[in-house]
Amino acid sequence: MRLDILKALNEERAARRAVAVVTNQDSGEQRVVKVADVRNDPLKGVLEEHFRSGKSGMEETAEGNVFLTVHVPSPKLVITGAVHISQALAPIGRMLGYDVTIVDPRTAFATAERFPDVKVIAEWPDVALPPIGIDRYTAFVALTHDPKIDDPGLTMALKSDCFYIGALGSRKTHARRLERLKTERGFTDNDLGRIHAPIGLDIGAVSPPEIAVSIMGEIVQRMRQEPS
Amino acid sequence: MLAADEDILKAAEDWKKTGRGVAIATVVQTWGSAPRPVGSNLVIDDQGNFLGSVSGGCVEGAVVTEAIDVIESGKPKTLEFGVADETAWKVGLSCGGTIRVFVEKVE
Repeated sequence: MRLDILKALNEERAARRAVAVVTNQDSGEQRVVKVADVRNDPLKGVLEEHFRSGKSGMEETAEGNVFLTVHVPSPKLVITGAVHISQALAPIGRMLGYDVTIVDPRTAFATAERFPDVKVIAEWPDVALPPIGIDRYTAFVALTHDPKIDDPGLTMALKSDCFYIGALGSRKTHARRLERLKTERGFTDNDLGRIHAPIGLDIGAVSPPEIAVSIMGEIVQRMRQEPS
Repeated sequence: MLAADEDILKAAEDWKKTGRGVAIATVVQTWGSAPRPVGSNLVIDDQGNFLGSVSGGCVEGAVVTEAIDVIESGKPKTLEFGVADETAWKVGLSCGGTIRVFVEKVE
């Protein structure tokens, strides 16, 4: 690999843009393809597929056998609610390679002591979320139970193309939430269908750390499995 | 690619810039149960220092040795590890899978 290719690759990754390296197995030729340039690339179709799945692999193409190394940005986990479940969810997310941010305007909850090693922002979601940049590599989780905090967060997540949205609350709480998001914020049933609620995989979780495991399991499932 | 992989390629760039000989090993194909997915990287310098992994630690030693050769010769190599190659490489994957690893020098 030429140093300039490695440098270009690392620049794209640092800027959180998806990028691929195409290596021709026969000629040894190598090139960097930025996600923004895919549509002009001769291997457009194959590259698009790999960017979607985020998987690297060998492909037989018109150019010969090529190996595609795909780099998609590391995922982010954004949580509203510096609550007990979040205290378990944050380290689990970190262990799985997620860049974790906790948002909660209640300063008694949102402290560095309660959340060592992750970003904690003691602000309202309206203020805290825009600079974080909720993108397609982001999972958003609302855990406060408090509409004043969760609703603005969910609103921003629904307006983004993030890959996962989950909200804590019983079926009853969730039904009321959907009603509010429809009447007060103008979302359609189709939009609201993106919210996973009740949140998490159904593993009979009871304690906050167990609920955190079920939420993280659902996030991994959503990221790794094709939507059915 | 998760965050853990991020520093590895940055390290390769930084090592190269400080004048070290550097090779990158990449898992290009896997068969059966393989410990690390296609695209996983191991970065090696000419002193045998390495970062990352291409298996669960089973074949890294052999890859590092081959990588030092690649750094010297400048010629890329494709290595294969698995049950069938156990005698050839004296190392294998205990999980029973097979992996193919491409090793190239950073020029």
